[in-house]
Amino acid sequence: MGAGPTPGKITQTSTATRGAIGESTLRPDGTLKVTGEFAYSSDLWHEDMLWGFTLRSPHAHAEIRSVDTAEALAVPGVHAVMTHDDLPAATHYGLEIKDQPVLAKDRVRYHGEAVAIVAADHPETARRAAAKIKVEYAELPPVVDEATATAADAPVLHPGRADHHAGHVPHPNIVHRQPVRRGDVIAARTRADVVVRRDYEVGMQDQAFLGPESGLAVPAEDGGVDLYIATQWLHVDRDQLAPVLGLPADKVRLTLSGVGGAFGAREDLSMQAHACLLALRTGRPVKIVYNRYESFFGHVHRHPAKLTYEHGATRDGQLLYVQCRIVLDGGAYASSSPAVVGNAASLAIGPYVVDHVDVEAIALYSNNPPCGAMRGFGAVQACFAYEAQMDAVAAELGMDPVEFRQRNAMSQGAVMPTGQLVDSPAPVAELLRRVKALPMPPERQWLTADDSTDVRALPGGLSNTTHGEGVVRGVGYAVGIKNVGFSEGFDDYSTARIRLEVINGEPVALVHTAMAEVGQGGVTVHAQIARTELGVSQVTILPADTQVGSAGSTSASRQTYMTGGAVRHTCQAVREEVLRRGRERSGSYHPAWATAELLLEGGKVVTDGGEVIGDLAEIVGEEPIELELEFRHRPTEPFDLETGQGFGHVQYSFCAHRAVVEVDTELGLVKVIELAAAQDVGKALNPLSVVGQIQGGSTQGLGLAVMEEIVVSDGARVRNPSFTDYLIPTILDTPTIPVDVLELADDHAPYGLRGVGEAPTLSSTPAVVAAVRAATGLPLKRVPIRPEHLTGT
Amino acid sequence: MDFLRPAGWREALAAKAEHPTAVPIAGGTDVMVEINFDHRRPDVLLDLNRVAELTEWEVGERTVRLGAGVPYTRIIEELRTELPGLALASHTVGSPQIRNRGTVGGNLGAASPAGDSHPALLAAGAEVEVESVRGTRMIPVEEFYTGVKRNALEPDELIRAVHIQKAEGPQQFSKVGTRNAMVIAVCAFAVALHPRTRTVRTGIGSAAPTPIRARAAEDFLNAALADGGFWDSGAIITPSVARQFAELCAGACNPIDDVRGSAAYRRHAVSVMARRTLGWTWQAYREGNGRTVQCA
Repeated sequence: MGAGPTPGKITQTSTATRGAIGESTLRPDGTLKVTGEFAYSSDLWHEDMLWGFTLRSPHAHAEIRSVDTAEALAVPGVHAVMTHDDLPAATHYGLEIKDQPVLAKDRVRYHGEAVAIVAADHPETARRAAAKIKVEYAELPPVVDEATATAADAPVLHPGRADHHAGHVPHPNIVHRQPVRRGDVIAARTRADVVVRRDYEVGMQDQAFLGPESGLAVPAEDGGVDLYIATQWLHVDRDQLAPVLGLPADKVRLTLSGVGGAFGAREDLSMQAHACLLALRTGRPVKIVYNRYESFFGHVHRHPAKLTYEHGATRDGQLLYVQCRIVLDGGAYASSSPAVVGNAASLAIGPYVVDHVDVEAIALYSNNPPCGAMRGFGAVQACFAYEAQMDAVAAELGMDPVEFRQRNAMSQGAVMPTGQLVDSPAPVAELLRRVKALPMPPERQWLTADDSTDVRALPGGLSNTTHGEGVVRGVGYAVGIKNVGFSEGFDDYSTARIRLEVINGEPVALVHTAMAEVGQGGVTVHAQIARTELGVSQVTILPADTQVGSAGSTSASRQTYMTGGAVRHTCQAVREEVLRRGRERSGSYHPAWATAELLLEGGKVVTDGGEVIGDLAEIVGEEPIELELEFRHRPTEPFDLETGQGFGHVQYSFCAHRAVVEVDTELGLVKVIELAAAQDVGKALNPLSVVGQIQGGSTQGLGLAVMEEIVVSDGARVRNPSFTDYLIPTILDTPTIPVDVLELADDHAPYGLRGVGEAPTLSSTPAVVAAVRAATGLPLKRVPIRPEHLTGT
Repeated sequence: MDFLRPAGWREALAAKAEHPTAVPIAGGTDVMVEINFDHRRPDVLLDLNRVAELTEWEVGERTVRLGAGVPYTRIIEELRTELPGLALASHTVGSPQIRNRGTVGGNLGAASPAGDSHPALLAAGAEVEVESVRGTRMIPVEEFYTGVKRNALEPDELIRAVHIQKAEGPQQFSKVGTRNAMVIAVCAFAVALHPRTRTVRTGIGSAAPTPIRARAAEDFLNAALADGGFWDSGAIITPSVARQFAELCAGACNPIDDVRGSAAYRRHAVSVMARRTLGWTWQAYREGNGRTVQCA
C-alpha cells in the first residue's frame, strides 16, 4: 500500500487517543509501592559487592589533628579505608560553589560531616571497622547564627573564598546577599496610617523522604564506573563526580534507580562519590545505604530563617511599602544557598502590588547542618512571614484579612519588586475568593451519629487527651507566590529522545529522557504527551540515564514544563517527519496532505475535520524515526546585585489555602480539620497527579506549621535525627484537603501549563498558623508551633 | 552475636541463667530500635517468641494474669472490659504494626519512663511475676522501676507475667504527644477508681526518671472524697478539689527539658490530664457505666 484511503472505502473518522493529556492516569508504580514490591535503590544487589560505610564527625566544628586507619584496615573482611589523603583527584564538589570536601581534610564544619569511608564484605564489618578509625579532634567554637557568624572575632569558615559571590558579600561568612529595591520606602513610611513591624522565625525542616540515600557503584572494564542511584539530577551528579574520580564525564555513567521521594534532598551528592571512590579503589561493586539516623546527616535541609518585616498601609487598606530582612542559615557548605537567597529576596513580599519595597536577603555560613533545596526553596520562609504580616495589618485596619489581601493582590500585568512584568494569569484574588466561599466543616465534628466522641477527630487524637474540653476552632487564610523553573539567567533546558517505530504492526513511541522520577508523576505525563502528539496508544518510557542529554533537575516545579516540554517538542518534530514522509509518498493521492492542520490521532493521520488520510504504521514502516532535541524556556537574567532588578523568573505559580483548625487551648495541641486549597495550574495534564501534588504539598506545609523541626543545639549538634523525634504528619494529622484547580493558560508554556509541586507548600503553613492564632489570640511568630508556645510553658 | 531460641519457658530460664547478659527479645519494638541505632550491641539475644506460655492471659477473681508476650492488639481486643485503662494506653502505642508486636512484658523490660503501659499498670494496681531457675517472686509494679531504663530484675530473671487488678470502676488514660497518632509520650497520665476500697490511684509517665504514682494527690483526693461523702452521694467533685488534685499530680512530677518537651509543659500537661481524666472517670462512676469513647 502506501497510498491514501482505498477508493471506495468508507472514510474513517478518527477517535481521540486514550490516555492523552488532560486525562487522569494512574501511576505505573503506584500499586507496587503500596504493596511493598517496588524496587528502591536500597534494594540493589550485585554479586561480589562490598558495603560502604561512612565515618562522620561527632563535632560541629573541630580541627582534625590526625586520622589513623591502621586498625580499621586490619579488620578481616575490610577491603579499603579512605580518607582525604587517599582522594585521587578533585577534593571538593558543590552545586554552585565547590566548597564541600569529599572527605574532611583538616577541619570539620558540621555535626555528621564525612571523615573517612570503609568498604567491607559485610555492612556490619564496615561499621565496626569504621569505629576503629582513630580521629583526633580539637574542638573549635561553633558559628551558630548571624551574631556569631559576623562577630569581630568570628572564625572564617571558608578562608580564601574565590567564588563569584565572595566579592560582593559584606562578610566572608555570608554566602550571598541579594537586595531588592524599588520606589522610596522612606517617603512612603511618612504616608502610612498603619505600620506593623515584627520578627519571625522558621525552624529547620527536613524533606523526610522515606527512601534513605542509597546506590550501587560498579567499576567498569574501561576504567570507568556505572552508578545506579536515587537522585534528582543525573547529569549534575555526573558532572560533580567525574572530577572527583579523575575520570572523563563519559566514563561516569549514571542510571536512575528506584527513588523513595526527594523534595530537594537529593539535589546535592550524598553517598555517590564515596561509593564510586571505593568501587574504583577495590575493583568491586560497592553499595552504600544510609539508615534513617545517618540520612538526617546525609542530606541538606530547609534553611531555617529569621525574618524582620515592616508593612505600611493606608487607612483604606492599600499597602504602601514593605521593608524586610531575611537571614537564612545555610550551614557549613553553600549547596544551593545563593539561589535560595535569590528566591527569598525576589518573592519576599508575596503576590501583592507594592510600589515601595526594600528587601535584603542573606544566607550565612555556619556550623549548623548544611541547608539547601527543599520544596518551596526560599519562598516558604518568606511566605510564612509576609502572610502573618498581612493578617496583622488587616487586624490593625479592622479589615477582613481576605478582603485586605484581595485589595492588594497582583493580577496579570502587575510589576514585581524586581521590575519584572507578570505577563500571564495571576488570579490571586480569585483563588482567595474560592477557598473562602467553601462551606465550613460542621461544628463539634468529633461527635458521631450516636452522640459519642470520636477522639480521632479531636486534638491529641488517639492519645485521648480531650473529649471536647478546651477545644476552640480557628480559621486562617494565606496565599503565596512561587517561581517555576530555574531563574536568574541559568541556562535551563531539558532533552528528550523519541523513537517512533512499528512493533507487531502497531506504531509505538519510545520516550527516553534523563528525568528523575521521584514521585512527581513525569512517567505518566510523558506517556500522555507522546500519545497526544503522536496519536499512538503504546508508549514505552525508557529508564532514565546519562546516555541521553540532561533533563535538568526534578525540582523547582519544572519537570512537566521542561522535560514534558522537551517530549512535546521532540514529538512534534517526529510528527513533522511523519507528515513529510506522508506527503512525499501520498501527497498526490489526497489534496488534504497539502493542508497545514494535519494531526496524528488513533494511529492515523487525520485532517482537522477528522478525515483519515494516512496510517501511521504504514508511513513509519521499517524505518523508525528517532530524534533527540533540547527544549529551553525563555531566557531569564540575573538580578542586579544592588537593586535586585531583572527579568529573573520564567513563570510564577499561585496557591491559596483556607485552614480550619481546632486547638486544645489548655494542652496546646492542634488538629487541622480541613485545609482547602485553590491553585491555578494553567493546564492539568494529569488531573489526578495534580491534585495529589497539591495535597502532598499542603501536608508538608502543615508539618512545618505544627511539628516538623530538626532541633540543633548544644554546640550545633543535631538532637533528633530519627522519625521517633522528627515528627511528620500521620494520616490522623492530615485533614480533608478539598482542591479547586483552575486552568488559566500561560501562553509562554507548553500546553499553557504552570508548575504545580511547590506552591501549595508555601501558603499551607501560614494558613494553619493563622487559624491557630485565630483560635488562641496568640501572636505565634515562630514555626513549628509547639505546645509550649500555646500554653506559655 | 548469639541468638538463642528456647522452645519453652523452662528452657528460656535455663538459657538466661547460663547467659545472664542475654537480652530478651519478644516483639523487638524496643530492642531492634536500639540495635539499629547502634545504642547497644548485646552479645546474646534471647528470643522468647517460641515460648507459647508467655502469650496467654487468664482472668482470675481479682486479677488478670497477663503473659509477658501478649501483644497490645490482643489487650485492646480481648481485655478491654477487665483492663480498660491498659487497653486505652495500648491504643496509643505506636502504629498498628507496633501494637501487633509490642508487649507489656517488653515495656517493663525496657523500663523507659515513656513506656505507655506503665501509668495504666500503676493506676490499676499490678504485680510483676518474675522467674529464674532459682524460683518465682512477685514485685509490686511501683517497686519494679528503679531508674531511667532500669528495673528490679536480677540478671538471671525473666518476666513471666503481670498480675493486674481487674477494673472495678472507671479507668482512663491520656497521653500528650505533638502529633495525633504514633507518638512517644511527652507525658502521660492514668487514673483508676477503686470503689471497693473507695480509693483513686494514679500513674504518671515521662515526667520523672521512672513512672510514678502521685501519692500525695491520691491521699488528698481519697480524704476529700471520703470527707465529702462523694462515693455515696455520687455528687460532682467540687472544682477546687479537682484543681488541687491536679496541682498535686503536677507536683509529683520531676521532669526534664528535652527535645520532646519542656519540664514546665510536662508539669502543666499532667495537671490538665489529671483534672480531665478524673472528671471523665467520676462522671462514669456517677452514671454507673463506662463512657463511650470510640478509639479505632
